[in-house]
Amino acid sequence: MQYDILIIGAGASALSSALFAKQEGLSVALVTKEFPTRAQTSMAQGGINAALGKDDTIELHIEDTLKSSHALADEKMVQHLCQSAPEAIKWLDSIGVCFSRTPDGEIAQRKLGGAKHPRACYAQDYTGLKILHTLYDQVNKENIDIFNQRFLLDIITKEQKVIGATFLNMRNSQVETFSAKSVIVATGGYAKIYGKHSTNSKSSTGDGLVAAYKAGAILSNLEFVQFHPTALKNSSILISESARGAGGYLVDNNGERFCDELRPRDEVSRAIYEQMKKSDVFLDLRHLDKEFIEESLPQEQKLAKLYEDIDLTQELIPIKPAAHYSMGGIEVDANSQTNIEGLFSVGECANHNVHGANRLGGNSLLELIVFGKDVAKGAASYAKAQEFQTLDTKESQQKIDAIFQYEGGINLYDMKDLVADLFYKNVGILRKESELQEALDALKNIQNNLSKIALQDKTKEFNQELVELLEFHNMVELAQLIVLSALKRKESRGAHYRADYLEENKEFSKPTRIYRGEFL
Amino acid sequence: MKLKIQRYIKEKEFNTLIEYDVEKKVTTLLEALEYIKQTKDSSLAFESGCRSGVCGSCSVQVDGKATLACSHKLQEDAVVVEPLKNMPLIRDLVVDMTQAYQTTKKAQAWLHLLDKETKITDEDEHINRVQSDCILCGSCYSACPVFAVNKNFLGPFALTRSWKYVADKREAQPAVDVLQTDGIWDCTLCNECTMVCPQEISSKADIEKLRSKSAMMGYSDPNFAANFGGFELSF
Ligand SMILES: Cc1cc2nc3c(=O)[nH]c(=O)nc-3n(C[C@H](O)[C@H](O)[C@H](O)COP(=O)(O)OP(=O)(O)OC[C@H]3O[C@@H](n4cnc5c(N)ncnc54)[C@H](O)[C@@H]3O)c2cc1C
Ligand code: SF4
Ligand code: SF4
Repeated sequence: MQYDILIIGAGASALSSALFAKQEGLSVALVTKEFPTRAQTSMAQGGINAALGKDDTIELHIEDTLKSSHALADEKMVQHLCQSAPEAIKWLDSIGVCFSRTPDGEIAQRKLGGAKHPRACYAQDYTGLKILHTLYDQVNKENIDIFNQRFLLDIITKEQKVIGATFLNMRNSQVETFSAKSVIVATGGYAKIYGKHSTNSKSSTGDGLVAAYKAGAILSNLEFVQFHPTALKNSSILISESARGAGGYLVDNNGERFCDELRPRDEVSRAIYEQMKKSDVFLDLRHLDKEFIEESLPQEQKLAKLYEDIDLTQELIPIKPAAHYSMGGIEVDANSQTNIEGLFSVGECANHNVHGANRLGGNSLLELIVFGKDVAKGAASYAKAQEFQTLDTKESQQKIDAIFQYEGGINLYDMKDLVADLFYKNVGILRKESELQEALDALKNIQNNLSKIALQDKTKEFNQELVELLEFHNMVELAQLIVLSALKRKESRGAHYRADYLEENKEFSKPTRIYRGEFL
Repeated sequence: MKLKIQRYIKEKEFNTLIEYDVEKKVTTLLEALEYIKQTKDSSLAFESGCRSGVCGSCSVQVDGKATLACSHKLQEDAVVVEPLKNMPLIRDLVVDMTQAYQTTKKAQAWLHLLDKETKITDEDEHINRVQSDCILCGSCYSACPVFAVNKNFLGPFALTRSWKYVADKREAQPAVDVLQTDGIWDCTLCNECTMVCPQEISSKADIEKLRSKSAMMGYSDPNFAANFGGFELSF
């Protein structure tokens, strides 16, 4: 297979990149491990930020974003993001996204945590779903090729330049090559390392970051994982921030409030985590208008009923903070290019340095669209000056063959749970040296014993266990880099909170960058 | 709790209904499937993603009715779980939706030309709100008797998606032309699609709306013409 631009992933970042890349007149392929509309983007409920309101300004949006980032974001990139936001919304509106409206026909906006104004445009609580599907329809309109059920294995470089990637065709376990002039990694975040303590989709396993890192890309700010304050206690299913934005309370066993619900996510998550040592914590929406709930939170209402068997208009919702968003990622420059020529990245897997230590709710969907456009431009102008190179499947195939040979009795799923619990406890909302070190040791031990986690299922046809094992390998690799980064940052800043270094330290107001096993 | 699951692995010539015990307390069918995979048989294949009913990955047939595994509350014993119907089977509970996905493309379900002057009001947004809630789970294709016999039939979700755009005030060039063959007139209005949709979408109702829109634009039922139009030839 051969395409000018190869885009790995099919979330909103990938689809918008594809649409803008197509406008440049190049051949474009989207390759994803799922079907295209199943990406995690579908789960975003709260909204997408843009300063459109009468009292709101782009300056305030910039200010809120920078404040939330704890001096770790790049001011220029944040300016660009916020300035491009109204245009991005206009574009989404022009391709048919069904945004909720105000009575006088403007795109409706609501307030999310950390924002001074109602700034999040939404489509009830289906914002991500409706954006993703509308983009998908446009991708069909532009007749862009999509390859489903292909799992990224390796990003291939030659003389420091990217020349394509190899994939596992999940249908038959064969390795396939895609040769390309530029490659865009848009594979989403890595918060699913926290397993059942994460709000994320099953597929957010950080595959793209690991493939890029192995190819020689710099990863940065991995230690910054945002915890969402309100996930359902048993299932970690997200209850959108708009519930608090609209006046929902956080209460303890006695029904007493214990914090300001509208503080940034890191602060609220910590307050809840501390409170959970003393009592259960609940989200209280009983005093909110029923009509409001039916209109704006229909999904939450359904999910609370299903998973916790409660009627949230009548009862308290048991909650806990859960790992939600990966601020860190593949480091890119203003053209969304990595340190490897021709290798680009966009979306949650990339670090454009706009979130810093803490992402502002609603800025993530925004970056998918804004940087989706930028990355397409960057990747296209690079590709135009390149030639195709041939690549082979040999190395990737050998890795797969080796996995089929593994023998040993350790259960993959037990190990996944173990890592998830370890991460929630030791690399979670509160961190300290000894616990981080303990996690690192445990992970090293797992890494050394990976070949003992053998496939029970050795068939070639749609072998899901194989894919889950590959994901686990990626998670173990990335988990170690996260812990190393967390150990390195001896301070507390935003989502990274060290019980042994409580203060923010100027010395650390720069990204943590890791490259081939060394910090830069 | 007991579950019967239809297994199918082609290369092993394995095609049987197997009963599993689920000893753990689980809420949803998806949790039960995960439990079985993780503790009893890791070769069991099924799809999932968000576990909250929006990614559309986990639709299966439960006791003969298409439903999302993540939203299906397990209550009693001996539930029979099978893959979706009317789509090629890949393995166990996983079907190939490629062809089904192609239907939205065939139906040209997208915004063709933006009417730049139009302003969408709150009311306008309600017109196609429920249609834009579709998660492409494929349940309706599993239920549709016409799709079962005619693989060229555009099918319920594609037609719902078409109606979403046709009904959109921003659309300056509503595309109903492509819906006339193997499309809106082939539906029997049996309503099976509505009965299974987890998002409370009625493709049947959307098809009826597309029919009247088409009629307004001068199209008519070709089956009607085929049945009664024969004598035109004799003139
Ligand atoms: C519950 C929830 C609610 C959220 N709400 C909001 C919100 O209200 N506002 C907001 O701004 N943000 C929100 N977010 C965050 C936002 O949704 C995500 O950051 C964003 O959707 C990520 O999009 P993406 O395009 O980067 O990746 P994703 O949508 O995660 O897509 C990743 C793609 O990569 C593919 N992929 C992954 N690995 C591989 C591989 N190995 N091989 C091939 N393909 C691969 C996947 O199949 C998928 O297609 C929310 C997140 C969650 C979980
Ligand atoms: S119309 Fe309903 S049943 Fe059909 S794919 Fe969409 S959500 Fe699923
Ligand atoms: S109403 Fe029409 S589209 Fe729906 S299931 Fe019946 S025949 Fe299929």
